[in-house]
Amino acid sequence: MKILVCISPVPDTTTKIAFSENNTQFSTSGVTMVINPYDEWYALVRALELKESGVATAVNLVTVGKADAESVIRKALALGGDEAIRIDSDSNDPFAIAAQIAAYAKSENYDLILTGKETTDYNNGAVGAMLADQLDINYVGFASKLDIASGNATVNREIEGGEEVVTGPLPLVVSCQKGMAEARIPNMRGIMAARTKPLKVVSAVDASALSQIVSYELPAAKTGVKMFTIDQMDELVAALHNEAKVI
Amino acid sequence: MSVLVLIENIEGNFKKKSFELVQYASTVAKNMGTNATALVLGTCGADAIAALGAYGAGKVLHIANAQLNQLSARAYTKSVVAAAEKEGAKVIIASHDVVGKTVAPMVASRLKAGLAAGAVAYPELSNGFVVKRNVFGGKAFAFVNITTDVKVMTLLPNSIQVAKGEGTATVEALSVSFDAKDFAMQVKETNKVTGSVPLGEAELVVSGGRGLKGPENWGVIEDLAATMGAATACSRPVADAHWRPHHEHVGQTGGTIRPNLYIAIGISGAIQHLAGVNGSKTIVVINKDPEAPFFKAADYGVIGDALEVTPKLNEAFKKFKANQH
Repeated sequence: MKILVCISPVPDTTTKIAFSENNTQFSTSGVTMVINPYDEWYALVRALELKESGVATAVNLVTVGKADAESVIRKALALGGDEAIRIDSDSNDPFAIAAQIAAYAKSENYDLILTGKETTDYNNGAVGAMLADQLDINYVGFASKLDIASGNATVNREIEGGEEVVTGPLPLVVSCQKGMAEARIPNMRGIMAARTKPLKVVSAVDASALSQIVSYELPAAKTGVKMFTIDQMDELVAALHNEAKVI
Repeated sequence: MSVLVLIENIEGNFKKKSFELVQYASTVAKNMGTNATALVLGTCGADAIAALGAYGAGKVLHIANAQLNQLSARAYTKSVVAAAEKEGAKVIIASHDVVGKTVAPMVASRLKAGLAAGAVAYPELSNGFVVKRNVFGGKAFAFVNITTDVKVMTLLPNSIQVAKGEGTATVEALSVSFDAKDFAMQVKETNKVTGSVPLGEAELVVSGGRGLKGPENWGVIEDLAATMGAATACSRPVADAHWRPHHEHVGQTGGTIRPNLYIAIGISGAIQHLAGVNGSKTIVVINKDPEAPFFKAADYGVIGDALEVTPKLNEAFKKFKANQH
C-alpha cells in the first residue's frame, strides 16, 4: 500500500503577521517557514506509523511550491518518508494547488492520500477534498483516527457535536487533525538520511487560479483593558451588560 | 440565476448557524438582484423546512433521501451540484463547519468554481466578488476575489446578527439518483456529546487554560458556563495534556471562534491562542500574572487566581440572572 502525504510550508505559528506593498503582499522577511503543523503532526506521523507497522509499503511526500519550499520538505523527510516530490508551481488558490497534486497523483496509484485538516496560513482546508474530487475517489475530512485493514479504512471523523466512525474501501483521501498521532521530533539519523533521500522536481501542469487575494487587513487593535478587582465581580457583570451589551 | 445555500440538517432540526446562513444568503441574493434557495438533505419535517422562510429563503429544495441523514462527501456534493444546476445558482454558500468544509471544496472543484472559505462579512460586489475571510488562523483577514462565473463560499458562524422575520418558504422535492460509490464510506458508529452548547456557534464562551492547574478543577469553568448558558473551550496545553477533549481547543491549531463574549481564565494569551479568538466581540481575561499578554487583547481584566475569581464571577452572574426575572 502506497501513501502520499501532502506537505505545505507555512510561517511558524509564533510569527507576527505583517503585510507590505500597500497590504497586498504577506511580508516574509524574518519569517521562519515550517511544515504545516497538521501535515506534520498528524498526516505525516500517521503515515509513518502505518509503514512501521507493516501496513504501508511506501510513504511519499508532495509539496507544491518553488525551490524555497525544499528546505521544509527536507525537514519532513527527516521525520521519515521514502521520497519527496516538489511540483514546481506557486499559488495560494486551493483549486490550483489541488489540480497540480491531482495531475501528479493520477498516474501513481496511491492507495491513501493524507493532508492536514487545513494549512495554518490560508486556512481554506480545501485541497484534500478537491483532490478527492479530481481523482474521483472518496474523501473523509477532519479525522482523528485512521486504521487500515485488508484494503479497508476505518476513520473517526468529527461531526457537529461529536464523532463518527466511518469505514470504506481504498483509495481514499483523509484530512487529519488532532488525535491522529503524536508529534515527533526528528533525530540526527533522520536528519542525515534526509539529505540523501530523493527529491524529485515535477514541472507544473496548466492549472489556473480561480481566486485571487486582492489585499490583507489586520484585526483592529483593542483600545485598552478595563481592570476589575476580585471584589468587583458584580461591577464586571454590570459592565458586560450595560457597556459591552453582550449579556 | 440564484444563490443556493446548503443547510445542515441535524436529526430534523436546524441550528442557529443555519438560520444565520439563510439570512446571509438571502442578503447576498438581494444585493445581486436575485433570490436565495435553501437546500435541505435527508429526513426532515415539512414545517421545519418551511420555517426557513422566516430568515429570507423564498424556496427550499428538499432531497428527502434517508441515506443523506449522515454526511457522505460524494453524495452531498452530487446533491449540491444537482440543486445548483436546477436553480442556475451563481453563488453557493455553506457554513464553515465540518459539513460545509467537507462539501464546499468538492462542489467548487466539480464546478471549477472559485472558493472562499471562512467568510466573515458580506461579499463586496462593486469590483468583482470580493470576500473578506480569516487567514493565518485568525491573525489577519484576506480580501479574496473569486474570478469564476460560479462562486462557492463558506461562512464562519456568528459573522452577522440573526433576526427572525416573517414568511414561509415554498418547499419543493428534488430527486437525485445516487450509486453505491456515493455511499461507499459507511457510518458504523456515532458518538455525540449531548446537552452542551456547540462551541462554533456559541455566543458566550468560557475558556480555561493551565491556570486551572488540573482537570479536577474544571468544575469552576463548567459551573460558570452553566450559569451563563455558555459553551466551554480550552487552550492548547490543556487539550494536549488531555485535561479536556481536543474539540474544545481554540487557537491557531485548534478552532477559530467569534462569540460575543469570550472569558479566558488562566490562559496567558500566546499569539497562537489569540489568533483563534480575536474575532470575539468582547474579551474578558482572568489571570494571576499581571504581565500576561492576553490583557493587551482584552476589553476587561481581572488579576487573580483562576480558582478564586471564577466562583466569585459565577456568583455575580447568578445574582444578575436572578435580577433579570
